[in-house]
Amino acid sequence: MAAVSGINKMYGVCLHAVRVTAGLRAARLLQHRAFRVGAVHQQQPFDSSLEKPQFPGASAEFIDNLEFIQPNVISGIPIYRVMDRQGNIINPSQDPQLSKETVLNFYQKMTLLNTMDRILYESQRQGRISFYMTNYGEEGTHIGSAAALDPNDIVFGQYREAGVLMYRGFPLDMFMAQCYANADDLGKGRQMPVHYGSKDLNFVTISSPLATQIPQAAGAAYAVKRENMNRAVICYFGEGAASEGDAHAGFNFSATLECPLIFFCRNNGYAISTPTNEQYRGDGIAARGPGYGMMSIRVDGNDVFAVYNATKEARRRAVAENQPFLIEAMTYRIGHHSTSDDSSAYRSVDEVNYWDKQDHPISRLRHYMTARSWWSEDDERSWRKQSRKMVMEAFEKAEKRLKPSPELLFTDVYQEMTPNLDKQRQSMWRHVQQYKEHYPLDLYDK
Amino acid sequence: MAAAARFFTRGAHSKLSLVAVGGGGGAHCSFGAALLNASPTCNSRTKTQRRHAAHFTFQPDPVPTQYGPTQKMNLFQSITSALDNTLAADPTAVIFGEDVAFGGVFRCTVGLRDKYGKDRVFNTPLCEQGIVGFGIGAAVAGATAIAEIQFADYIYPAFDQIVNEAAKYRYRSGNLFDCGNLTIRAPWGCVGHGSLYHSQSPEAFFAHCPGIKVVIPRSPVQAKGLLLSCIADQNPCIFFEPKILYRAAVEQVPMESYTIPLSQAEVLEEGSDVTLVAWGTQACADERKENNLRGVKGAKPSPHDPCAEGSGKHGPRETGGVMRGHRSTDHPALGCGYRLQVGGENWPFAHQPRGPNNRRLCF
Repeated sequence: MAAVSGINKMYGVCLHAVRVTAGLRAARLLQHRAFRVGAVHQQQPFDSSLEKPQFPGASAEFIDNLEFIQPNVISGIPIYRVMDRQGNIINPSQDPQLSKETVLNFYQKMTLLNTMDRILYESQRQGRISFYMTNYGEEGTHIGSAAALDPNDIVFGQYREAGVLMYRGFPLDMFMAQCYANADDLGKGRQMPVHYGSKDLNFVTISSPLATQIPQAAGAAYAVKRENMNRAVICYFGEGAASEGDAHAGFNFSATLECPLIFFCRNNGYAISTPTNEQYRGDGIAARGPGYGMMSIRVDGNDVFAVYNATKEARRRAVAENQPFLIEAMTYRIGHHSTSDDSSAYRSVDEVNYWDKQDHPISRLRHYMTARSWWSEDDERSWRKQSRKMVMEAFEKAEKRLKPSPELLFTDVYQEMTPNLDKQRQSMWRHVQQYKEHYPLDLYDK
Repeated sequence: MAAAARFFTRGAHSKLSLVAVGGGGGAHCSFGAALLNASPTCNSRTKTQRRHAAHFTFQPDPVPTQYGPTQKMNLFQSITSALDNTLAADPTAVIFGEDVAFGGVFRCTVGLRDKYGKDRVFNTPLCEQGIVGFGIGAAVAGATAIAEIQFADYIYPAFDQIVNEAAKYRYRSGNLFDCGNLTIRAPWGCVGHGSLYHSQSPEAFFAHCPGIKVVIPRSPVQAKGLLLSCIADQNPCIFFEPKILYRAAVEQVPMESYTIPLSQAEVLEEGSDVTLVAWGTQACADERKENNLRGVKGAKPSPHDPCAEGSGKHGPRETGGVMRGHRSTDHPALGCGYRLQVGGENWPFAHQPRGPNNRRLCF
């Protein structure tokens, strides 16, 4: 048939022309090619009898009036919550009905974190440690999500998730050791404070570049999916880091490669001094999820039960269905970005006070507990004293410890010590021995 | 109009052979045709330029006997063989990148998806920072991750992940975590027609970064052994594959697994006049004949130990000096840093007016 030989020459020039001129024979040829080229999902077989779109790139109907989709930022994705700001359960079916012991543990971990933050922030101000970042206002996001995970789930964090580590049982001594960079630091004193990590607790060591952990979390989730051991991965990041290219990469990879992964965005209103209206123009981070084909939800990050419920369900489904979930936890960064920041330069004290006094995850949980007579004023007083004492003890101990051995400057660059590094190491020791009066070697471990 | 006039006059004085002028709008075509006819030195039949393919003759090594039975393979087939061996032996191994599923744009992964499954050999979205980031994460979680970047020219979006993350993972975590299971592969180097973005040799950017290893083979036998070493090595490795050798280099390559040490210079030829150091395609060049030198050729110096071949009986102290050959830019190049390092090490010897064999030492 002339039409058939014509098809072979015309292929690649115009699909539409082929469809119109050919008929079923051509449709079968092209269908065959589509199956061969197609990846995981096969293309739909053509049916040229209906006037339906056949594009491989989108599954949609035709429309014949010109209409731009309006981004809905006025009434964006709704915010899921379980408690009101006074700690009362709004819809009883959403109350996770956790035991008193569990809820007390939530509260104590949040307040212990808060106490540790106060003391370590102060210690930086006094010149005892070089740098610190507090978690004020975001304790609910840490504890609620950590409690919903399995201990074996891998955590990739950004830098403001110390509560996750605390919930999992990272000792105060180890927090302090990392901040003081002393010889007990698991990280061997190499990083700035708050760059925690723990292999035992499946908390991958923090790094300073933002959002780099997001595609890494997708890779880790893919690997654990293949292991088939009922493990998930969670990846925390702020709304600022979500602007990075790595975030886009991580979202897209996790969706296309079907990874059991929870993306947990702490939208706390600021990226250092940059408010959200200068960070994005769309409806936050949750609205991006559907763009990637990802299940998404927005929650009240100051409601520890809402965070818990959402994370729990996301985790269950991520593992069961091998797909990523995006949780955007709305919260507020009550503290400065870090000890190098003074946020009064870009926001009002009134704004900060509102969140501190009227919508704080710790107070909301306390109201919930006191309403059930699970926590009294006496309990509060004695716990404050006890937690402060625990932190101070760890703090004093950490201060007295020696610093790591200078040998550790040169190890772990590669798995093995290389001749080049060994030469530098020997050169360092020669120098330090020659000028030992300038080097306080007695402060360092051998 | 003025430009056309200039073109016309230039054509009048020189033997200008014109490539086909047509193609484009009608007016253009007829104008060009008019020019052709008007120019006195042009024939009515246009002389088309002959395309000169890159001139390269690969010399295969003698057949290796110590690694078992061999098969004739070109470079991309030796890569496929290495990947095949890896996927067979290591159930955690996965290969991913752009277009690897159907076999790859250079055929390096042909047949692997059918043989080992779509969960082990798969396409990723078009995003190098994602490919490397994903690879790092998979490696951290314990899988053997083999990432492909389609051309070394496109590796830069992944630079942050490679330098700030992969290279520093072990050090910054105090050895709690590492991505030693990661290997990144990329086609590398000039091929004749690649122009700016399909010809680059970016090894110098990465050689400067402690924590990663950069490896560039010179032949199929070397490629398979070195790639298998990179995959086995517990440090993140970047494996650059000279694309001009993919088809041009053919050798008898062992079918089973074997490794070639990463951190040792390979002495290709003994000599005493000068130490020639080269890597990749340059190691195939017969500089000895071209430069009338009786020299030693060391291939693939490991960037974290560039002095390995700078010392010992083949180093500059024994010969008359070091020349480094490579195909990257001299802007300054990897060779420059290398020269400073080897030069510095050998300074006491270079200072003497005459080196051994009464030759002046040069770097």
